[in-house]
Amino acid sequence: MIKRLSGCIREFKKETILTPTFMVGEVVCECIIPLLTKDLINSIQVGTTMSTILHYGLRLLVIAMLSLLCGFASGWFCATASSGFAKNLRHDLFYRVQDFSFSNIDRFSTSSLVTRLTTDISNVQMAFMMIIRTAVRAPMMLVIAIVMSIRVGKELSLVFAGIIPILLFGLIMLAKNAMPIFRSVFKKYDALNNSVQENVQGMRVVKSFVLEDYETEKFTKASDSVRADFLRAEKILALNSPIMQFCIYASMILISFFASKLIISSGGAYLNVGSLTSMITYSMQVLMSLMMLSMIFVMITMAQASAKRIAEVLDEQPDIHDPSEPVYEVPNGDVVFENVSFKYSANAERMALSDIDLHIRSGMTVGIIGGTGSSKTTLVQLICRLYDVTEGCVKVGGIDVRRYDLETLRNAVAVVLQKNVLFSGTIRENLRWGDPDATDEELERVCRLAQADEFIQQMPDKYDTYIEQGGTNVSGGQKQRICIARALLKKPKILILDDSTSAVDTKTDAKIRQAMRSEIPDTTKIIIAQRVSSIQDADLILVMDNGMIHGMGTHEQLLTSDEIYREVYESQNKAGGEQNG
Amino acid sequence: MADRPSRPPRAPMAHGKADLKPLGRVIKMVFQDYPAVLIIVMICIVISAIVGVAPAVYIETITSYIEQGLSSGWDSVGPSILRAITVMICIYALGLVCTTVYTQLMAHVTQGFLHKLRVKMFSGMQKLPIRYFDQNARGDSMSYYTNDTDTLRQLVSQTIPHLFSSGLTVIALLAVMFYYSIPLMLVIFVGIFAMTRVTRIVGGQSAKYFMRQQNSIGKVEGFIEEMMNGQKVVKVFCHEKAAQADFDQINEELFHDSGNAQRFSNIFMPIMGNIGNILYVLTAFIGGLLICSNGALKNISLQNLIQGGSMLAPLQIAVVASFLGMTKQFTGSVSQVSQQINSIVMAAAGASRVFRLIDEEPEEDNGTVTLVNCRKDENGTISECPEHTGFWAWKCPQDDGSVSLVELRGDVRFFDVDFAYVEDKQVLFDISLYAKPGQKLAFVGATGAGKTTITNLINRFYDIADGKIRYDGVNINRIRKADLRRSLGIVLQDVNLFTGTVMDNIRYGKLDATDEECIHAAKLANAHDFIMRLPEGYNTMLTSNGTNLSQGQRQLISIARAAVADPPVMILDEATSSIDTRTELLVQRGMDALMKDRTVFVIAHRLSTVQNCNAIMVLEHGHIIERGTHDDLIAQKGVYYQLYTGAFELE
Repeated sequence: MIKRLSGCIREFKKETILTPTFMVGEVVCECIIPLLTKDLINSIQVGTTMSTILHYGLRLLVIAMLSLLCGFASGWFCATASSGFAKNLRHDLFYRVQDFSFSNIDRFSTSSLVTRLTTDISNVQMAFMMIIRTAVRAPMMLVIAIVMSIRVGKELSLVFAGIIPILLFGLIMLAKNAMPIFRSVFKKYDALNNSVQENVQGMRVVKSFVLEDYETEKFTKASDSVRADFLRAEKILALNSPIMQFCIYASMILISFFASKLIISSGGAYLNVGSLTSMITYSMQVLMSLMMLSMIFVMITMAQASAKRIAEVLDEQPDIHDPSEPVYEVPNGDVVFENVSFKYSANAERMALSDIDLHIRSGMTVGIIGGTGSSKTTLVQLICRLYDVTEGCVKVGGIDVRRYDLETLRNAVAVVLQKNVLFSGTIRENLRWGDPDATDEELERVCRLAQADEFIQQMPDKYDTYIEQGGTNVSGGQKQRICIARALLKKPKILILDDSTSAVDTKTDAKIRQAMRSEIPDTTKIIIAQRVSSIQDADLILVMDNGMIHGMGTHEQLLTSDEIYREVYESQNKAGGEQNG
Repeated sequence: MADRPSRPPRAPMAHGKADLKPLGRVIKMVFQDYPAVLIIVMICIVISAIVGVAPAVYIETITSYIEQGLSSGWDSVGPSILRAITVMICIYALGLVCTTVYTQLMAHVTQGFLHKLRVKMFSGMQKLPIRYFDQNARGDSMSYYTNDTDTLRQLVSQTIPHLFSSGLTVIALLAVMFYYSIPLMLVIFVGIFAMTRVTRIVGGQSAKYFMRQQNSIGKVEGFIEEMMNGQKVVKVFCHEKAAQADFDQINEELFHDSGNAQRFSNIFMPIMGNIGNILYVLTAFIGGLLICSNGALKNISLQNLIQGGSMLAPLQIAVVASFLGMTKQFTGSVSQVSQQINSIVMAAAGASRVFRLIDEEPEEDNGTVTLVNCRKDENGTISECPEHTGFWAWKCPQDDGSVSLVELRGDVRFFDVDFAYVEDKQVLFDISLYAKPGQKLAFVGATGAGKTTITNLINRFYDIADGKIRYDGVNINRIRKADLRRSLGIVLQDVNLFTGTVMDNIRYGKLDATDEECIHAAKLANAHDFIMRLPEGYNTMLTSNGTNLSQGQRQLISIARAAVADPPVMILDEATSSIDTRTELLVQRGMDALMKDRTVFVIAHRLSTVQNCNAIMVLEHGHIIERGTHDDLIAQKGVYYQLYTGAFELE
């Protein structure tokens, strides 16, 4: 995992190495400074001349400048290294997701991918910064400060032997007790925020049932329980500064007591006042670096989960690849299913599709109907190789889809997905997804075909109307029509509409089908629908049930031969008649 | 859309100077909630800050004893040193107690404050008119509870106490310095000057880039969210390369901005720390100069005044020693204060957004007419009674102080109603309609014709601009909104379920409904069978708007929910979305059962519903262009006839 992530440092290797290098310089300087101040104070003490003070003062100044330089450089490089690392990580993750096939995407939920790309990356970035900076600084400081204090204070440094274990014990106890609470608190906190979202989303329901007070009461309870749990965790964490203070105070008292005794009894030869002050500085440095170490420990443990989630995405292998000698030309819009069976994952028990045999000639209009879970969508998704078959083969234009270059295949087979999405940008920009080089005339032509031109022309900015993220400012039916136009722009050999006109009124729906029949006669059209009216004039209708083709034929044939079809037709056309009539 | 992640977009922050006024309001709020606790906290901080300064004095004392001891031996100064140490232990113990007390108390204050703030936001939000929710993006409302509240937690729990205690330390140190040596204190002022300059320049840059970084993060996150949601579309259109190119561009921007933001905050500490070091040398130098002058240059201090009667005296070596320590501490505190800049700026922005929500105008309600339980005696007079009778009446206070009771029957009439969501863009014109108790009215027409708007007016989600709406003869503007809405049931096209069990969700219609009532309602709605097939029946937990159910099943639950409320008037917005045919049949039967014996307004998409209605209103651009029964309208051969013959379903 670490190897996987550290691979993202790449061009920032130089900065990543320079950061700790300069950091070492800064730490060394910081540890020399108390040594020099000791000499300075001592020289003042014995009443030497100005020149001695100047001498030590200048040395101190030089070291301070050096320390400034090192600190500056280290901070500078660290910024580049850590934001560069995050950039590369985001880049790799995003690119990897772009390589995912549908089955890969299904394995991760959308929201979890978003979290991995955002929150998790910033957690890892923080940890990275900690590692190259603080994780170098703290142990270095600890070691050097201890060494220095032994040099300066000899026996005095034994004080640390007493204090360090106390501090370490305290800090570890805090982290150990607080971390699990924090973890559960954050979960509760998330749940609380989700309930707010739910409430905002369902505000009409809340207000209709006059449950504002009830909701407030519910929220108050939940919020109060978050408060109580958070408090528990924070109270533990709040002990941090008293523990730290205790250690600082204790070492100051011990050092000053022993030091004064030693200095006086040795008559200043063994130790002096200057050493006392520098000893105190060193003790601060030792304790501070211990605290930093415990912080790093906590941070890194917390980031570990994030790192794992990121590595999971990076390690996920795309399921569908281009073949080694791809075909770059789709000859026509024929579609053939030969003994196709399919299941979504290798260890799924149930086949999503079984024993499908199907021949569709170029230019035909095919309707597919069937209940939820009858695998209508699954069937059509195999045509453009969004998934690979488990058994059998799917051929487009007489060639197995697995032999095509993926982009060639998908440009020839346009799918308007059931869960379709428009992207933030103008209508024109959205349409051009179908063909980046399309002229305005072409855009208008396909929009007329999809019965979208009329309402687009009525919008204030026409084709330059800005679509909000998620397409919230157009109605469902309008969105579907724009999506159809976008797919038409690809000039596909096969066009698949997966329940793409459900929000379009039947009249317009009929117009779209009419236009397709006359304008793109050579394109194979496959239409999945819930309404019989959307498909009853198709050349061929498939009735899907439970992953199998239950019936196949024209409207008239199916009315007599297929009971499911008949039932659906009757319920939609005479509905209400029998029970209310 | 159901699987849209909950992460809200970060609200972009304005460039330039941040408005710090909201922070004052935050502090005021905290003080109002916890006046006594905060006074204790402040006292504790003051004490612990003073204790924090004590080492300076202490070191000075000890070193002077040591110097004495060097000539006279341990025995002469030993007791004094021990005494000094004992005093210090006591002072430190006091400091420790204070620190512990105030950090623990602040944990209470912070969490309590946040809890109160959240509840205040939430309860305020519940009172906002629907207009607010229609106009504001969901993500915006969410970020108040997440990002913005988090910035305030940081502010209250850390920034403010830190600022207070560091500020106090600085003042205390200055006081001690003033006591020991005025010339050396002036040296410190040079340092303060340098440090404020650096804070202004580096800190200003840091804050500027920090804001930019937040903007870039918002942009990147927005893009990622959009692309992840549309990932399958990206694949279908082979748009991966283009998406990658777009991503690279904004990723590069973020790299640039976050690099700069970090750079300035990273170099801040080394600069501040080394200004401290330089100041240290300067202090030593000046101090040395004063000492080496052998009394020619004298120290000016209060200490001299107190001990020797004159402010002027030669500088003591011990004073220099402790002064040097103080210099360190001083620069440390000042840089701590300066380090808080980013979180202050963030908190100010967060607070101003939170207050914007809290300050939103609540939904107005001047209604005086209420809904009361009633009893009807043999001769038909209605009288109010406290217990639940299932028989309701509107209680209308009259001008003369008397009260009249009007039976709740479900008679709704519109007289010449005009309406506009925004001024100058009228969406309904001259709507008049009459729904007698038990009648069913259907609205038919294209998207945007005004069907939903009419239903928004009945339950007063929006108020009409002109005309009248009467409910059982009572002007609906006079009815208390809560009572009006309680008398109306609503089944919306987009079903919203809440986290909880299936039973909880059904009971949402009427909180005091028994389990039996809920099950009865579910049976009526045709939902009982499928619910019984769920793993835990009525106790099955629903999460994230019931993602574990199909669209049709969710609809059935929402029908049951309306059924349990059992209101005399129902508003039904039929779903157009694709449900498989069998479930749809169930939904339809459920709806039919629900409609029985009620006044119903239905936004119709299905032929069967329309046909069975007492009246059908065909809407176009906010006008009722045709009205009548199905047979009337067919006979008229107008728009409805065209719709009917051109299409079996109506949009």
